[in-house]
Amino acid sequence: MATVDGSVYHALIARGVSRRSFLKFSAAMAGALMLPAAYGPRIANALSTAKRLPVIWLEGQDCAGNTEAFLRASHPTVAEIILDTLSVDYHETIMAAAGRQAEDARKATMKAFPNGYLVVVEGSIPIAEGGIYCTIGGRTFEDTVKEVCAGAKAVIAVGSCAFDGGLPAAKGGPTGAVGVSQVVPKATVVNMPGCPMNVQNLTAAIVHFLTFGSLPATDSLGRPLFAYGQLIHDQCERRAHFERGEFVTAWGDDASRKGWCLYKMGCKGPETYANCPTARFNDGTSWPVKAGHGCVGCTMPSFWDQMSPFYGRLSTTPGFGSDVTADQVGLGIVATVAGLTALHAGGSYVRHKRDAAAPPPPAEAVEAGTATGGTQA
Amino acid sequence: MTTLQTPAEGSGPRMVGAPPFPHPLVIRPHDERVRIYVWQVPVRVTHWVTFFSILLLVVTGAYIGDPYLLPPDGSIMRAIRFIHMVSAFTFLASGLLRLYWLFVGNRFSRWTAFVPVTASQRRELIKQIGWYLFVRKEAPRVLGHNALAAGTYTAIFVLFLVQTVTGFALAGMHGTEPWATLFGWVPSLMGGVSGMRLIHHLVMWVILAFMIHHVYSALLVDHWERNGLMSSIFSGYKFVTRGEIEEARDGGMEIEELAE
Repeated sequence: MATVDGSVYHALIARGVSRRSFLKFSAAMAGALMLPAAYGPRIANALSTAKRLPVIWLEGQDCAGNTEAFLRASHPTVAEIILDTLSVDYHETIMAAAGRQAEDARKATMKAFPNGYLVVVEGSIPIAEGGIYCTIGGRTFEDTVKEVCAGAKAVIAVGSCAFDGGLPAAKGGPTGAVGVSQVVPKATVVNMPGCPMNVQNLTAAIVHFLTFGSLPATDSLGRPLFAYGQLIHDQCERRAHFERGEFVTAWGDDASRKGWCLYKMGCKGPETYANCPTARFNDGTSWPVKAGHGCVGCTMPSFWDQMSPFYGRLSTTPGFGSDVTADQVGLGIVATVAGLTALHAGGSYVRHKRDAAAPPPPAEAVEAGTATGGTQA
Repeated sequence: MTTLQTPAEGSGPRMVGAPPFPHPLVIRPHDERVRIYVWQVPVRVTHWVTFFSILLLVVTGAYIGDPYLLPPDGSIMRAIRFIHMVSAFTFLASGLLRLYWLFVGNRFSRWTAFVPVTASQRRELIKQIGWYLFVRKEAPRVLGHNALAAGTYTAIFVLFLVQTVTGFALAGMHGTEPWATLFGWVPSLMGGVSGMRLIHHLVMWVILAFMIHHVYSALLVDHWERNGLMSSIFSGYKFVTRGEIEEARDGGMEIEELAE
């Protein structure tokens, strides 16, 4: 395996990662990307020769949850170091520089690597009223994103906010929050929604970029297929309970202690595409359903509005209150029709009686006479 | 309405060699009650197959939407979903046959009977609404579907289509081909997967509401027309007077010829 000075491999060795760990990491990445095992050595080769890829990590209207997810890993992993190695150039939350110095660092990177850096965007971009709801160094975030993404090799939008506006874009939000691909429609944007996104998926996407020179294949919403290609429901460890008809019906009930299916508690696994059950969070420790809470569908478009109520099976019907269930609406439709039918039946009975009482008009005499006449079978 | 198609088949050998028009000397009493063949076999078969498959789809769909009553056992959900899918395919097959029959069936089952294409159908629609609202004393005379009923069925066919498309799109979410490829575009039209699921669920309620209305109005019109409308969906025949055939919008000489 030929290595190149200044490569990712050397950076890792310098940080105390053993060669064995590095090869294990390469194989794990092949697995994460849903590639055959034979790709492990290919990835190792690529990382051994790939030059350090500068990353500018922009943060807009958000809670820094994706940064937190990445920083709060219980112990340093190869993945963390690889991201760290890659992304020191500009990261508002973790960089030492502040204020003007920080902005200078960003500009320096952009200048030093024209068309040669990767941009990770975290957080939504407010565009209402000229984008004044989020400004950094006196400039709107919208401006910064446009400028930085213009010179990027590739853009990765991490978290639900950078994907489509996320929480700030939920109903009632005043800031006109949108995702990255709406602000820079021409850029190559890969979306990694989630609240937060899974760091393993981000690492895998970057490794894919280093190995193959391109971002991984995506679905129609720009989400990598390796991570967002399958329903949570189809990979869920509680799926067997679903098939057996074993459901939790109240929090803390016997069924929930047994770890039965959370379908009736409003779990959105059956309508959400993500690899949470297999990748899991915090070094593969757990994920929401394993922890006993239903999925809320955070990797799906406008999930705050679309997936609510989080504890109900179906969304509420537009135009009706949020406490009216779809079944109540449906029963209301049926009851209305049944009521109108009963009313009409009453009216028809009255008409029938009145017509029977009134003398038949001459024109109908013939028909009235034959109506009771014998039929010819 | 170019040619009259099928009553000829239904009326059997009596028609063989019959003159194309009634012999001028044969006098037929205006109020003679005769039997006419209205609903052909595919119409009746698809009606009942659709009904029973909807029944199964509703019961199993309600379980899938919110598992109830049945205790946990074996693979109950798998079994219920299997029945739902089989019923869905039966429903689809029935729908496709009926769709085909819209173009080859007799005048009462053709698409022209469903969509109010002619001015007289549109006038009839207004009159029929007036009758339902107790404004008009008389309902328009028809042998097949009245224009209002036909319009309602057209709307229901559209809802059936919505159920079929959203249903197979839901099946396709698991990556099952060819549904995933064929119907992958559906969720984006409906504000996402949960919007699609909601529509699939609400349309079921609308179809149930339609069933109530359908049975009631069939009984009502049966009572008013006194022509055996209720039994016609089993037998295919209605019993009307020769005068009624002449008056009816979809009647006329050529239909009267086929009456028995």
